[in-house]
Amino acid sequence: MSEPASDLRLRKRASLQQAGAGETQLNVVQELIHRKQEERPVNGHAVLLNGLSKSFGDRRVLSELDLEIPAGQLLAIVGRSGCGKSTLLRLIAGLDRPTSGKISVAGTDVESLQSNVRLLFQDARLLPWHRVLGNVGIARTKGWRETAAAALADVGLADRANDWPAVLSGGQAQRVALARALVSRPSVLLLDEPFGALDALTRMEMHRLLECIWREHGFTTVLITHDVAEAVALADRVIVLRDGGIALDMPIDLPRPRREAADTSAVALQARILDEV
Amino acid sequence: MAVRPQHKNRGAAALQFLASWALPLGILVLWEIASRSGVLSTRLLPAPSAVAAAFWESLRNGTLLTHAAISTERALKGLIIGGGIGFALGILAGISRLVETVFDSSMQMLRNVPHLAIIPLVILWFGIGEEAKIFLVAIGTAFPLYLNTFHGIRTIDVRLIEMARVYGLGRLALFWRVILPGALPSVLVGLRFSLGIMWLTLIVAETISASSGIGYMTMNAREFLQTDIVVLGIIVYALLGKLADTITRLIEARALAWHPAYRLNATREATS
Ligand SMILES: Nc1ncnc2c1ncn2[C@@H]1O[C@H](COP(=O)(O)OP(=O)(O)OP(=O)(O)O)[C@@H](O)[C@H]1O
Ligand SMILES: [Mg+2]
Repeated sequence: MSEPASDLRLRKRASLQQAGAGETQLNVVQELIHRKQEERPVNGHAVLLNGLSKSFGDRRVLSELDLEIPAGQLLAIVGRSGCGKSTLLRLIAGLDRPTSGKISVAGTDVESLQSNVRLLFQDARLLPWHRVLGNVGIARTKGWRETAAAALADVGLADRANDWPAVLSGGQAQRVALARALVSRPSVLLLDEPFGALDALTRMEMHRLLECIWREHGFTTVLITHDVAEAVALADRVIVLRDGGIALDMPIDLPRPRREAADTSAVALQARILDEV
Repeated sequence: MAVRPQHKNRGAAALQFLASWALPLGILVLWEIASRSGVLSTRLLPAPSAVAAAFWESLRNGTLLTHAAISTERALKGLIIGGGIGFALGILAGISRLVETVFDSSMQMLRNVPHLAIIPLVILWFGIGEEAKIFLVAIGTAFPLYLNTFHGIRTIDVRLIEMARVYGLGRLALFWRVILPGALPSVLVGLRFSLGIMWLTLIVAETISASSGIGYMTMNAREFLQTDIVVLGIIVYALLGKLADTITRLIEARALAWHPAYRLNATREATS
């Protein structure tokens, strides 16, 4: 019983509310991550893509894609701009229908929008006319205030619950969007370059935060990024998308917690990925 | 250190306030002098003091409030009927392609007809009763609300709608939580336009045919050359218009508190 409570305290301390809070906070996160390592839960669902193709008009963006994402994996997808990363994510989310092929989440085919799959867009897409808390609890399910407040605390923004989205900084808005995605306890979380617009420092904070939450919740994660270092720092596995297919599928076996670009093995992995992009 | 600039600010604000009133006050004084000295015939324009006296007298015997109440009632009835129809049609056309194809081109065509041009027809249809005036106000107020509501819905960020769908909002929730609030700034702009048209229409309608209301009061006074009452009527119309505008501003400040451009404090900070 005391375990979750102390976790929560740690997490609150680790929520990195102030930019540049520095080494001590990172240490707290790492301590937390270490502790989580032994008892990492898997609440995620496996995602299966089978001969997936998508064309817009006569432009074929994805062709005959086969991919198996095991439950609880953190998969990073990198690729050049316009290679179809967002398209793939929208297909998995059920926002668009594939031209041919099949997607299944937890063994059931994706025909339309999935309630256990959440997509974090590149822009935060908060509703400006709802306060931060109302944005997080957007689905207004029973007891949404409490769950939304808890999710906000998870991303370190508990004290901004009553603010309008317009006054948030870019990084804060993206954290609110993350809280909104987490509030329904998704089993698959799709992230479409969510940190692309953030500065390097804030981005690192977000990486820590995401890793921390992912380790705790154990959802399956697909992270799209153009930043190879980000992919190597966060993912269990990196995929390079090129010409509508998978050009490289590489496991990242570096021990967690990881420090971005800290050791030579990470640099070597990054070089290999960059060769393929 | 922090106090002194504030004092300075307050002094400057007072000066600005005085400066903005200097011109109208000066004109009033000159006008009063011109009337008293006989340069300005009171048959053409009454002295400001005479208008004030007329105001006091009509307030005391109750005629002013009665007429103003009747005018306001007509205005609001017309607005609720016409504005309500315009708003509802705007929403339906905004969310349904079918309603849009059926109504929108007709509405776009009709809105170019000056609604005051149909006064002869309206008198033929309704005579000079209450219905005629309310009908005219309703016609006039329907279009701005229709156009702005429709436009407001159509210009909602589609990415927000997509987000709402991904996060599991059904059609009703989507309407109440995304579409309506998103269209609200535009709807309120439409309401402002409608309120302006509402008073204008009513002035014309009451001047042409009525046996009560501010417009009747002024036309009746004209027959007896009571120019003070005529001017008083004009002022009352102006005040009613201003009141309506202030109310919409307050509604905007409340309903659009999320909008950086509408926040009361924000505008104050930006302008001072
Ligand atoms: N709705 C659409 N209609 C037509 N073409 C589209 C549509 N959506 C995407 N495309 C095309 O599909 C291709 C892949 O787009 P996608 O958005 O998936 O790229 P991406 O890999 O996410 O790129 P970026 O890294 O720049 O976000 C592009 O050439 C784009 O023009
Ligand atoms: Mg993209």
